[in-house]
Amino acid sequence: MEDLSLHILDIVENATSAGATLVCISVEEDAERDILEITVRDNGSGMDAKALNGVRDPFFTSRTTRRVGLGIPLFEAAAREAGGHLWVYSQPGRGTKVKATFEAGHIDRKPLGDMGATLVSLIMGNPEVDFVYESNLKGETTSVDTRSIKKEIKGVTTITDPAVLKLVRDVVNNPEP
Amino acid sequence: MAKLRVEDLKKIKEASKGTVNLRDGAYRVKITVHMGTCGIAAGARKIMNFLLDKIQEVSATDIILTSSGCAGLCNHEPMITVEVKDGAPVKYVLLDEEKTQRIFEEHVMKGNPLPEYALSVGSETTY
Repeated sequence: MEDLSLHILDIVENATSAGATLVCISVEEDAERDILEITVRDNGSGMDAKALNGVRDPFFTSRTTRRVGLGIPLFEAAAREAGGHLWVYSQPGRGTKVKATFEAGHIDRKPLGDMGATLVSLIMGNPEVDFVYESNLKGETTSVDTRSIKKEIKGVTTITDPAVLKLVRDVVNNPEP
Repeated sequence: MAKLRVEDLKKIKEASKGTVNLRDGAYRVKITVHMGTCGIAAGARKIMNFLLDKIQEVSATDIILTSSGCAGLCNHEPMITVEVKDGAPVKYVLLDEEKTQRIFEEHVMKGNPLPEYALSVGSETTY
């Protein structure tokens, strides 16, 4: 994975395949403490203690659930390389939360990358799922909520309209000061 | 704070008035981008966004673009499956933007599959 936005795409795909209807993604940089924190929270099926224990192990794979694989181990490796950590909280029926921290200024910290393209790919591939994206980078905040977009365009066009998605991409990638 | 502005969405609403929207149900072509960990690492997101731009370019409302997980052929990623209605699905492998452009022009728009970029033609035989 070249950048963190690709890891986020991968982790969120886990959430959608776990039956989530709402996924909240947050990216926050705390300049004072030099920490970048990425959180992905979903309301999907969640995992039991056994699956949760194996989630970091690349060789723990349960084909029946397809809930685990290389996604989390790679994300964890990216965090650790940059002086950070990864946590996974989950309970059956209560969704999953993945949190990763990075030393923001660490030389091995991957750049965030094209978050707009990640969000657009997620919406395009899972139009029935709602996504909330919130970022706070260098004091600039961005927020996108597909629930309010869907409400606004209801009856006229759909969330997968390329014009709507392009707008999402622009807002995420070029926040106005 | 950067936020999606209601005015922008209204503009889109205005622009799409009068056009027949087929995105909800009926479609002519379905393109699936394989987006497992392997696909993403190999560049599937670029292909997805490229196709989205192409669809907008031709103002098509009868093409569905979607994603799926790992198909078990990780060494062939990035990969897409193109299904033209009433035609056999074709899996295209080891894609870049150039190949995807040709697939879009030939298969998606004109209905002519490109066997040179496909995983295989036909399925295994019994003889």
